[in-house]
Amino acid sequence: MSIWEYANPKKFIATTAPVIPWAFGGAILCIVVGLIWGFFLTPDADRFGSTVKIIYLHVPSAMIAINGWIMMLVASLIWLIRRHHVSALAAKAAAPVGMVMTLIALWTGAVWGQPMWGTWWAWDPRLTSFLILFLFYLGYVALWEAIPDPDQAADLTSVLCLVGSVFALLSRYAVYFWNQGLHQGATLSMDSEQHIADVFWVPLVVCIAGFILLFVALVLMRTGTEIRLRRLRALERQAQRAAA
Amino acid sequence: MTLELGKYASEVLSAYGVSLALLVGLSGWSWRRYRRVKAEMERVERGRDG
Repeated sequence: MSIWEYANPKKFIATTAPVIPWAFGGAILCIVVGLIWGFFLTPDADRFGSTVKIIYLHVPSAMIAINGWIMMLVASLIWLIRRHHVSALAAKAAAPVGMVMTLIALWTGAVWGQPMWGTWWAWDPRLTSFLILFLFYLGYVALWEAIPDPDQAADLTSVLCLVGSVFALLSRYAVYFWNQGLHQGATLSMDSEQHIADVFWVPLVVCIAGFILLFVALVLMRTGTEIRLRRLRALERQAQRAAA
Repeated sequence: MTLELGKYASEVLSAYGVSLALLVGLSGWSWRRYRRVKAEMERVERGRDG
């Protein structure tokens, strides 16, 4: 069996439809457990007080914002190279999800930064690259809506996605590229010497699992919607031609 | 359970409030659209078969 079998829209929908409720259920479970655990059952941090509770939203949403764009990049490359419609529609489906995650990361970062840094916003390398990533998400969604021909829209948005990937990677690695800036280093590391204290780390990992499952559920569901919409429009055009 | 947010209560609560509203809004919108388009597709296919 080849992975390219899933490029068949019917096969994709038939395979993913049973996965969606499980992914949604898992996402809700993990997010509810992780947030209740983090919000009610963890202590305040010495330096950050109760604002440490914001990491359970900020870190997972920022991770999904960046990796969502990387997923769109892979799907766009598949479209450009192999011309599989499902991959272009999967990238289209992921964009609003990634955009909302970027917005959550920016908002939670700002409300955390105000008491900690004394400002809602700073032109810090990571913050700036994240804002640009949000604008790329916005532009990507707008470009899909602006072009009536779906193949042309897929071509142009794929090119936009390639360009935007620079900022997705910059957002990820900005704290390593530049030493200046307010944003601290990576919160999450597999190395127990480097990552935050276990009391915060464990609920954070549960929240991250929840956000990943939510992203998977939403992208699969929205891709199914886009596939059906494309088919509906094709049938409408067919009916119009037959009537003419 | 403890709920002592201290002087940062407004920051923490606004972070949670806005984020959860966005997540629920996105999920609800995606779910409604999925159901609506699926039902429309089934209706059209029934019409074609019939």
